[in-house]
Amino acid sequence: MPTVSLKRDLLFRALGRTYTDEEFDELCFEFGLELDEITSEKEIISKEQGNEKAQGASDVVLYKIDVPANRYDLLCLEGLVRGLQVFKERIKAPMYKRVMPNGEIQKLIITEETAKIRPYAVAAVLRNIKFTKDRYESFIELQEKLHQNICRKRALVAIGTHDLDTLSGPFTYTAKKPSDIKFKPLNKTKEYTACELMNIYKTDNHLKHYLHIIENKPLYPVIYDSNGVVLSMPPVINGHHSKITVNTRNIFIECTGTDFTKAKIVLDIIVTTFSEYCENQFTVEAAEVVFPNGKLHTFPELAYRKEMVRADLINKKVGIRETPENLAKLLTRMCLKSEVIGDGNQIEIEIPPTRADIIHACDIIEDAAIAYGYNNIQMTLPKTYTIANQFPLNKLTELLRHDMAAAGFTEALTFALCSQEDIADKLGLDISATKAVLISNPKTAEFQVARTTLLPGLLKTIAANRKMPLPLKLFEISDIVIKDSSRDVGARNYRHLCAVYYNKNPGFEIIHGLLDRLMQLLDVPPGEKKGGYVIKASEGPAFFPGRCAEIFARGQSIGKLGVLHPDVITKFELTMPCSCVEINIEPFL
Amino acid sequence: MADGPVAEVLLQRLEAADGGLDSAELAAELGVEHQTVVGAVKSLQALGEIIEAELRSTKRWELTAEGEEIAREGSHEARVFRSVPPEGLPQSELMRLPSGKVGFSKAMSNKWIRVDKSAADGPRVFRVVDSVEDEVQRRLQLVQGGQAEKLGEKERSELRKRKLLTEVNLKTYWVSKGSAFSTSISKQETELSPEMISSGSWRDRPFKPYNFSAHGVLPDSGHLHPLLKVRTQFRQIFLEMGFTEMPTDNYIESSFWNFDALFQPQQHPARDQHDTFFLRDPAQAQQLPMDYVHRVKRTHSQGGYGSQGYKYNWKLDEARKNLLRTHTTSASARALYRLAQKKPFTAAKYFSIDRVFRNETLDATHLAEFHQIEGVVADHGLTLGHLMGVLREFFSKLGITQLRFKPTYNPYTEPSMEVFSYHQARGASGTQRMIISEPDNDQIRHQQYPGAGGPQGEPADGVRQSPVPPRCRTGAPVDTGGRMTRTALDRPPSPRPCCPLHPCQ
Repeated sequence: MPTVSLKRDLLFRALGRTYTDEEFDELCFEFGLELDEITSEKEIISKEQGNEKAQGASDVVLYKIDVPANRYDLLCLEGLVRGLQVFKERIKAPMYKRVMPNGEIQKLIITEETAKIRPYAVAAVLRNIKFTKDRYESFIELQEKLHQNICRKRALVAIGTHDLDTLSGPFTYTAKKPSDIKFKPLNKTKEYTACELMNIYKTDNHLKHYLHIIENKPLYPVIYDSNGVVLSMPPVINGHHSKITVNTRNIFIECTGTDFTKAKIVLDIIVTTFSEYCENQFTVEAAEVVFPNGKLHTFPELAYRKEMVRADLINKKVGIRETPENLAKLLTRMCLKSEVIGDGNQIEIEIPPTRADIIHACDIIEDAAIAYGYNNIQMTLPKTYTIANQFPLNKLTELLRHDMAAAGFTEALTFALCSQEDIADKLGLDISATKAVLISNPKTAEFQVARTTLLPGLLKTIAANRKMPLPLKLFEISDIVIKDSSRDVGARNYRHLCAVYYNKNPGFEIIHGLLDRLMQLLDVPPGEKKGGYVIKASEGPAFFPGRCAEIFARGQSIGKLGVLHPDVITKFELTMPCSCVEINIEPFL
Repeated sequence: MADGPVAEVLLQRLEAADGGLDSAELAAELGVEHQTVVGAVKSLQALGEIIEAELRSTKRWELTAEGEEIAREGSHEARVFRSVPPEGLPQSELMRLPSGKVGFSKAMSNKWIRVDKSAADGPRVFRVVDSVEDEVQRRLQLVQGGQAEKLGEKERSELRKRKLLTEVNLKTYWVSKGSAFSTSISKQETELSPEMISSGSWRDRPFKPYNFSAHGVLPDSGHLHPLLKVRTQFRQIFLEMGFTEMPTDNYIESSFWNFDALFQPQQHPARDQHDTFFLRDPAQAQQLPMDYVHRVKRTHSQGGYGSQGYKYNWKLDEARKNLLRTHTTSASARALYRLAQKKPFTAAKYFSIDRVFRNETLDATHLAEFHQIEGVVADHGLTLGHLMGVLREFFSKLGITQLRFKPTYNPYTEPSMEVFSYHQARGASGTQRMIISEPDNDQIRHQQYPGAGGPQGEPADGVRQSPVPPRCRTGAPVDTGGRMTRTALDRPPSPRPCCPLHPCQ
């Protein structure tokens, strides 16, 4: 969930009133936002770098607000204020208009070289805009938030904004060999080739995260104006020449990317949010983009879409009884201008270009419910009559774990993921023999595989509890995972039961006794006859020679019990003898 | 033993004594350790009103081991002085004496000796005075003789700084006759025995009283894990509410069931390597329900079932990628798909509680595995109000009655809400907030459910609860209930750990 950090006083000025922290928190909650933290720059720096560094930092109160991940229109002060003001019916949602320029329209020509690396581009112009320091900062911050969220760290879309008065169109979006691209990048004093820049930015904490997107490609994307001035090398850096400042009056915005839909959404969000500072409020000057196939598109789209939803459907889904007129009013408060039409039960909803998240009728129904107030909805119980059933495997597990505890063993809850070493090397096995599922991208060596046995988890639990009085008697009933090509995903779980006894003596008889008790509970009689269980001398690398037996029940091998090999005990950093049993309980279902 | 020889002597002396006697004095007279007398006093006290004992504490000065040595053999400086003959001694030789180092500097500062550095065979030490008065030894002897009060405060503190004297606190008892004083005490029985019962001898024997303020012996038993006890409780609540348990015994899931079938677009951040454990082996799911796959593909890339879709190029390879499920909602998706195959449609209530996995680095507040609780209701005519009603019942069974619902966003549920519950923990002054989170009404949007082959307009009610990852304070790979345990059990944490292996509460 993205967090937007706003200056409180600026926010209240824009909202036209002040709130106490509690009142504002309540307003956010109602609207689906969360006032996450009240802080200041000074506080943040002092928390992260200590009091000394915070000296002189601003102590202007900041509200950190969590915004739902699909509401790109609320990612800056302007958008958030607009949303809240419309919600509280203090203003009407503005109508955004695309206008043609008086003079020649700005053109962006895409060449076919871009196809392999970053094929899409869209553009627009904000004409006669008036920035202040705060507005300018918010404009930069919104681009950053969009980059981090919908743009997927610039992989899908990258935004470039330029002072149009320093450039001369038409513009060309092309892709070139890195060695052939040379320009003065933003905030640098001299020109570099693209190759040099990639090296320089490797140590740049901000930009190094975006290099991988184009790094090993033969051609890099680049945008030129008609004089060969570089506007930007997306998605890494803009040119210094067209840098925007607080005094910039005309802004050329280009968004390039690999996802056409998202590029259009990002452009719409930027221009709708900041067109309120243009001389002709809420108007955006069109730009033309020529695609390699010669097709001409005009942007921004600023499309208003109409949806129809029946009022009784909204009432039925939410569980309320509102008139169609009231529902239309509720939706209008969510920036979805609505009116009742037709037979008086149809609501026509206009989806503005700011609400790209509305893709389905149920999104509209949700907004009606939010405007109605979730906490005003009458809670009722569904009449759905059903008979409950337990999942048989879990029912058996529940029964067994209570009896294991009654038999004096303590239940452990251990991780299902572990290191390769835990299930293989430490137990004297080769990893290929375990048929374990392997994880491709673990952050730590603790989670390389899914466990194939419960034993390592219990032994690690004992190791972490060595200070406890002896004997330690632990058990766990949980799932292990084994590769199985007959399953759709190529692997399956097995429900295992494992118990260990750790003391000055190995206590094989105690573990054996526990097995006998288990079989008694499962109604499996001792003996070789059909339906009975026996244990037969066996061996295994984890066990002390001559102290291992295989368990057969109902005609199949279900596991092993025995005294652990001293090497295993040592590898788990234990010092006492230890015996254990591990069985698959699924045959007893 | 209460009737040990010391106790007997104590009683006899007490009978003869006028008023009472001091335990330390008695110990000195009898020539036994003071602790032995204290033991006798305590055991006599335990018998009732035989004696009365008043605890007194007195301060006393005692010599340290070094102090005793000096009292016996003289101070280091005096010993140094005495070892220097009139014709002098090489300094190197003097330093080898036991008192050499300490005694030399002290004797120098007392101006008892001098060093001649110009001597032929290295520096040589000579006497300066003919005889010395060993003041330190005299003072220590005074203390030894019990006359410490004859020394001034300054003198005592100087000796203490030299670690020759220490001040000890001596706890003694002033013992006097009790209301039931007697010199003859019969031996008390500790416990009732089978022989006493059969012979009836218990009738004539006195029994030692029990100390009821002592702790009992904890029963020798096994224990269930606290978090799994909570699981049992939640399971019970769902069963009481008529919910059927879904199978969730498949930790490995395909991206298709974990994400795509839940209308989570393929570029969603949750599908990043940073957040999800993907598999190297088996890397891909081999079997997917292809007709359903095509419907899901169409809905993502072009829309359908009334949706605009996400309008991107949906890739089958991405959907085949295997992973460790990031939520149990994947199991719910499978359950709803199975339900949709059943004709005619029958209403259903489902729940599950099981493990889910996230690619996290372990720390005090993050685990790579945690448990998720999930519930789904599928029926005709369900409303958001129904979902909230079901949640209210669920929470009230946990003893939580104050709920607030906050709008939120989930790719696979619409409408979505977060539940904030406030539980006034017994004995706690504040409120505890437990975010359980993320239920939905039209479970898994319309795209998913009708796409699954079910009839249009059969919304499923969903509850998905993901408790905050529990805190794990021990180094053990044991995750316990943390915040959730306490809230859910509706009972303050037990003052001592109910299970010795899991001290976390």
